[in-house]
Amino acid sequence: MEEMPGADPLVELKGISKHFGEGETRVDALRDVTLSVGTGEVVGLLGPSGSGKTTLLNVIGAILEPDEGWMKLDGEVVYDDRWLKRDLRRLRLDKIGFIFQTHNLLPFLNATDNVAVVLQLAGLSRKDGIRRSEELLDYLQVGHRKHAMPSQLSGGEAQRVAIARALANSPRIILADEPTAALDSERAGIVMDLLRKLALEREAAIIAVTHDEKIFSRFDRIFMLRDGRLADIEQRS
Amino acid sequence: MNLAWRDIRHKFGRFVMTCLGLSLLLAVVVTMAGIYRGQTADSLALVEAVKADIWVVEAGTHGPFAESSRIPGDTREMVARIDGVAEAGSITLQNVQIERSGRKLRLQVVGYEPGRPGGPTRLIAGRTIARSHYEVVADRRTGLALGETLRLGRKGRDYTVVGVTSGIVTLSGDSIIYLSLKDAQELQFEQAPPAARREAARGPQRTPTDLVNAVVARLAPNYPPAQVAEVIRRWKHLSVLTDQEQKLLLTRTVIERARRQLGLFMSVLTVVSAVIIALIVYTLTMEKIREIATLKLIGAPDRTIIGLILQQALLMGIVGFVVGTVLVYAFNGIFPRRIVMMPGDIAMLFGVVVVVCLLASLFGVRAALRVDPSRALTG
Repeated sequence: MEEMPGADPLVELKGISKHFGEGETRVDALRDVTLSVGTGEVVGLLGPSGSGKTTLLNVIGAILEPDEGWMKLDGEVVYDDRWLKRDLRRLRLDKIGFIFQTHNLLPFLNATDNVAVVLQLAGLSRKDGIRRSEELLDYLQVGHRKHAMPSQLSGGEAQRVAIARALANSPRIILADEPTAALDSERAGIVMDLLRKLALEREAAIIAVTHDEKIFSRFDRIFMLRDGRLADIEQRS
Repeated sequence: MNLAWRDIRHKFGRFVMTCLGLSLLLAVVVTMAGIYRGQTADSLALVEAVKADIWVVEAGTHGPFAESSRIPGDTREMVARIDGVAEAGSITLQNVQIERSGRKLRLQVVGYEPGRPGGPTRLIAGRTIARSHYEVVADRRTGLALGETLRLGRKGRDYTVVGVTSGIVTLSGDSIIYLSLKDAQELQFEQAPPAARREAARGPQRTPTDLVNAVVARLAPNYPPAQVAEVIRRWKHLSVLTDQEQKLLLTRTVIERARRQLGLFMSVLTVVSAVIIALIVYTLTMEKIREIATLKLIGAPDRTIIGLILQQALLMGIVGFVVGTVLVYAFNGIFPRRIVMMPGDIAMLFGVVVVVCLLASLFGVRAALRVDPSRALTG
């Protein structure tokens, strides 16, 4: 089940399998998954609960090592014998941005610092980190809330701050887990438009797990996962 | 950006309350260490105040503190004639319990010969005893002030406070008062009227009253205490302890068990503190599992996570220790026992607290390092 995009694949998976447990308790979360996502693409990952969406997101996010198959992120083969835990951490920091269903902002940092923390982890000075964070917040139209703590932000504002954090290190791959689940239709549309704009402007690939039917039309392609297999692919554009 | 401090600031009220609780616990540890030292200081207070080179006591005893000792009152003249003895004085020791302002007050009465060794050597107010009767020098902890009167004895005589000492207590923490030797002997041997009548009825053979508990002597320069002590032991058939031997006897024998008990309590309290700190750190870490998972997911290295936990644990321990120590200093005066806080002890305890915090946070660190970054995705 392979679908190659037209231009430079940023994410390539070939024959990825992952199981949990052994014997009678064995669960095959992913079976022979092959997919490819290219620059500027916004891809949806659908499927019922337990179909393996989150496992697939974990594998692509360099969190979970597959049992079989290989994966390339931005041209680099991941999970071969040379990769250490700290290399995967660095890979996540440099190349992958994460957007969560419930934004997962650090509750003890204000909006600016939630973004700046990623930049400082990457080695930027505090001053440069703050400046870049404020630029990103302005770009995402939440600059006026830069000093607000996460508990003081509305759902939409918090999600935009989370997107700013995901974009902070200019990653080429953005993984989103139910990015619009906590938003109403209008705000969900705004967020998806924003992600599409980012994918094009920053030449990034966006893979989003979702159940949210109101945003299906915003994806370039939709992959359907069923019992760990990529069962269907729906081309939107 | 210091994540540990930001997290603390975010929940500052809870941090303050946690530190306050910890400071009370650590204050108890500091207090125990202070009492441990204080007990040694108390046990030596009288010996050091006397400033004697040798203690002459009843033959075959280790008196007058470790064992009872009674020697004739004229022993002092005999000791004073020994070559090398510059001056000597007789002392008596006895415990009394009086009522003052409706409260029971336990005292140790030291009888000494005014102008001779054995009396108070450092006063914070007033003068030493100048008259042979009815004057008293009292320690500040008795609450007695200059000019006040104190009723003592079965006959209820009033003694006027003419001098005040500070920190002169017995090894059990009771305050010490000084009387003239004659007053002290009278107090020791006086009898209630019925008992006196019965004693008189027994005839002329009376219990001798010119007894003292010890003779203390100061030596002339260049006379080694051990050498003079040996002369007295050999020729006068008395036991003699040098000042060093007396101090060693008090600290190594008399209060050894109490010191060991205190040491044990202090060790147990330190372990309890470690367990409590570990529980606090572990709980704080567990509450941050999602944040830790998020940090890991966005690429934070392990050292950032470890730093977050260790810094919070250390800050809690340090703040708790400093506040606890300040509390002990602040309430030292009203504590019933003497608390002696030596800079070396405080520094050592501080080091112990730091090590305890580091060890206690290992559970939290271990839990944090085992957090799977994917928990940020799954919630």
